[in-house]
Amino acid sequence: MSLVSPLNRVLGLGSAKEGAEHWWAQRLTAIALVPLGLWFAFALGGLGDLTYDSVVAFIGQPLNGILLILTVLTLSYHSHLGVQVVAEDYLHGPSTKVIVIVVVSFAHITMAVVGVFAVLKVAFGTPG
Amino acid sequence: MDRVERPLSPHLQVYRPQITSVLSVLHRATGIALSLGVLVLVYWLMAVSSGEAAYTEARAMLGGLLFKLCYLGWCFCFFYHLANGIRHLVWDVGLGLERGQYQLSGWLVVAFSLVASVGYSLAVIF
Repeated sequence: MSLVSPLNRVLGLGSAKEGAEHWWAQRLTAIALVPLGLWFAFALGGLGDLTYDSVVAFIGQPLNGILLILTVLTLSYHSHLGVQVVAEDYLHGPSTKVIVIVVVSFAHITMAVVGVFAVLKVAFGTPG
Repeated sequence: MDRVERPLSPHLQVYRPQITSVLSVLHRATGIALSLGVLVLVYWLMAVSSGEAAYTEARAMLGGLLFKLCYLGWCFCFFYHLANGIRHLVWDVGLGLERGQYQLSGWLVVAFSLVASVGYSLAVIF
């Protein structure tokens, strides 16, 4: 006789209750990062010496600004999911794991906000 | 209650290294390295948005030898994580999971990431 309640058997989520969202988000961001990553690598290569004027002009182009924001957001999200799994797998201290996961969350959200803010500020033309 | 100090998974040290396990570890390692790279990317964007003087200062630091060596590493990490990530996505739809296939795709990923990162470094970084 199974001790699993009928509702739990139908939901099929096991004892963890979640996990599919994380897995799915990791895959979606991975798929998005294939073109975004390649675009960024080639765009960066095309910018040569990365002088101030050339970088500002580059970000000022609407398409570049939009792709850059998408890249920063997707990278941050994907990185957050990945680093979190690594922390969950390799950190075993009872409080270390929780502290690191919280710090990793804050760091990635901050990174995303800073990146998007910086791109918008340059794109809307009020640097300095 | 005292915790018993038993060995904890994943037991990386007790397995003979194989192409599958080594590339899997490398995927995580390069992912962590690239996360640090995103930090530099965001710092760079922040510097651009802070005006020309701040950017010139940041550019001098980011263009230094130490960072150029890091870019070399990130370059390999990027192409490796990209290629092996695609390998993972192919597995996710149920393809390439036979022994010969995942070994071949593993070596192809290694070859691609070495060639691409050397090529990109020569063309862009140095």
